Amino acid sequence: MLLLFPLVVSALLFSIGVYGVLARRNAVLVLMGVELMLNAVNLNLVAFDTYLRDVVHSGQVLTLFVIAVAAAELGLGLAIVLMIFRSHQHIDIDRLRELSDSDAADEAIARDHQIWTGVAGGER
Amino acid sequence: MSAVEVLFALLGLVAVGSALLVVTTARLVHAALWLVVTLGALAGCYLLLAAEFVAWVQVLIYVGAVVVLLLFALMLTRAPTAAEAGTVTANRPLAAGLAVLVAAALVSSLVAGFRDVRIDLDDSVVGSAETTGEALFTSWVLPFEVLSVLLLAALVGAIVLSRSTRGGGR
Repeated sequence: MLLLFPLVVSALLFSIGVYGVLARRNAVLVLMGVELMLNAVNLNLVAFDTYLRDVVHSGQVLTLFVIAVAAAELGLGLAIVLMIFRSHQHIDIDRLRELSDSDAADEAIARDHQIWTGVAGGER
Repeated sequence: MSAVEVLFALLGLVAVGSALLVVTTARLVHAALWLVVTLGALAGCYLLLAAEFVAWVQVLIYVGAVVVLLLFALMLTRAPTAAEAGTVTANRPLAAGLAVLVAAALVSSLVAGFRDVRIDLDDSVVGSAETTGEALFTSWVLPFEVLSVLLLAALVGAIVLSRSTRGGGR
């Protein structure tokens, strides 16, 4: 089999993951883009392991490590996403601008805060 | 083209096509389900590349655990199941341009570097549980143990983060 087959598939998957991370607004879908990129790397590792006939199977073992690290990353990432949802009632990363340093962002935060406190007051 | 090449091309097409649907579909839950197709097709690719154990780990961890975790997160964040407008940011053209640029750069450099290189699959060692486990527990013991500590740290971190702070802050 041509080595180019797995390599091209993994390159395309990686660029699709890049698009998903940059273009999606929902934080969970951004994490899905990250998973696609990690899987593209895994396919590369496995392909080169088979191609190079590695006696210590470094490609396949590293793939297992990447899968484990990805699981850990996803667990932590989703915990953070759920915490953001608890405090903001949304996980739209376009509107999460607390760490931004522009005046427009400050106004947006003030407006969000006003809306949020207004709703909370109405419920009471 | 040999049968293995045809099969790999088909699996690669399925993986890339469903990955495209993952990042473009307007239904958030469908994105997670298309991710199952992508990861399953990749498991098939691993099988064709003689990495048997990695393929089953992929099915168990990714298709089994990770996708369920993502679906739970979508459910807990009250993601609508119907098609939703505005699932992409305003910088979508920039993101698409950058993705196409990345794909073009990677594919052109890969084609230039590995045009006629072939993987000899006929007498390759199948990465069964025995061979992979032997490599893992002889050459890779120390990274393996470090990884277990990392998983423990991630576990503790996830519990601390997701614990409700309302009951007791300290």
